[in-house]
Amino acid sequence: MAVEIAPSTTEAVAGIGDGATVLMGGFGNAGQAHELIDALLDSGATDLTVVSNNAGQGDAGLALLVKERRVAKVICSFPRQSDSWHFDEAYRGGEIELELVPQGNLAERLRAAGAGIGAFFTPTGYGTTLAEGKETRTIDGRNYVLEHPLRGDVALIKGLAADEQGNLIYRKTARNFGPVMAAAAHRTVAQVEQILPAGDLDPENIITPGIYVDVITQVSTASGEAAQKEGRLR
Amino acid sequence: MNDVLDRDQLARLVAADIAPGSYVNLGIGQPTKVSDHLTDEQGVTLHTENGMLGMGPAAAEDEIDGDLINAGKIPVTEQAGASYFHHADSFAMMRGGHLDVCVLGAFQVSAAGDLANWSTGAPGAIPAVGGAMDLAIGAKDVFVMMSLFAKDGSPKIVPELSYPATGLGCVTRVYTDHGVFLIQREGEESHVVLREAYGLSVAEIQERLEVSVVDGSGS
Repeated sequence: MAVEIAPSTTEAVAGIGDGATVLMGGFGNAGQAHELIDALLDSGATDLTVVSNNAGQGDAGLALLVKERRVAKVICSFPRQSDSWHFDEAYRGGEIELELVPQGNLAERLRAAGAGIGAFFTPTGYGTTLAEGKETRTIDGRNYVLEHPLRGDVALIKGLAADEQGNLIYRKTARNFGPVMAAAAHRTVAQVEQILPAGDLDPENIITPGIYVDVITQVSTASGEAAQKEGRLR
Repeated sequence: MNDVLDRDQLARLVAADIAPGSYVNLGIGQPTKVSDHLTDEQGVTLHTENGMLGMGPAAAEDEIDGDLINAGKIPVTEQAGASYFHHADSFAMMRGGHLDVCVLGAFQVSAAGDLANWSTGAPGAIPAVGGAMDLAIGAKDVFVMMSLFAKDGSPKIVPELSYPATGLGCVTRVYTDHGVFLIQREGEESHVVLREAYGLSVAEIQERLEVSVVDGSGS
């Protein structure tokens, strides 16, 4: 299906219902789709399950969604940070459920979902409390834990630019979870600094092919300014 | 007797033990200091698990870029020849055995090379693991940097972990203020070998640890 170009972040996140599982790109603030998350907050959607590396920092993006108690469950690797006060309060109050997943397992579970893998054996976490109750197997003398794919109803990610086919490029370490989440969600929404005509992005350099992307919307952030300064965007 | 090693000297010792041309991941905290002592001639490439090879030093004020951070979320810089990749690739690089060395901090290391560095298991603490468990099993060599003794004087190289495990049988060397310990595995057996002692004699270290330590200082 052709990619939809949404005229605003509000329209881009329209239709995300209560109880949805939302994959949110970003490692800390790098690559976090703040403006899409703000629009999701405004939409009123609640009882969400959020999959993200962190559980929000400061008073922006995912942290605000947590503050407003719209998030019932967080699946992440590193919730506790110096500025994760909104998560900390919700967690201590028993108002949010946490599933803690080692960072590489989180990425691979998302990748597996996008790639149609039923489950996979990984050495990460073997013999630790995070593998308790999980199936294990010794393969060629090494111990592994069975981990299952992690799918989303929707993914909210941030790219540097898209073309009209929905092909995406990213910027530096802001790429992080974007490509695996784009493939792991039923519906992928990307905010980008620029939407270019088809043919303006070098096909050799596409990171996320448009087949994984459903909605794109243009949002200007510091990433776009920096890319213009570098000459990477016009 | 050698003096006890300070953190800078310890970082220099680790840096000197990294083979030229290695791909290396330096964990958050004390291990980041190692990069100050890597020489250009060593040609070491630094990996950061949030998706980059060829990471340069921390960014100066006018170089700060919110899209270019390390695993500790500190703004960093790009070396010539750097590359970016997504998280699944980044951890595949580790899990797949492509990284040569990973340097980590620790609460405890067992005689069998089990590592505890992600949680003290304190009740009420909010758990956070990040990439710790992936890093623990994610390199050909896993070096730990830590003090040999906790603040209460108890040794941190122990017969069995009392803190929650991060990974089992994964640590190959422990760099401490009192010496470098090699964890040598032969099948099911493992031996803790003290390469060189600092601040205490080999005999004193052997007496204070509850694990059997082989004196390797002459070899």
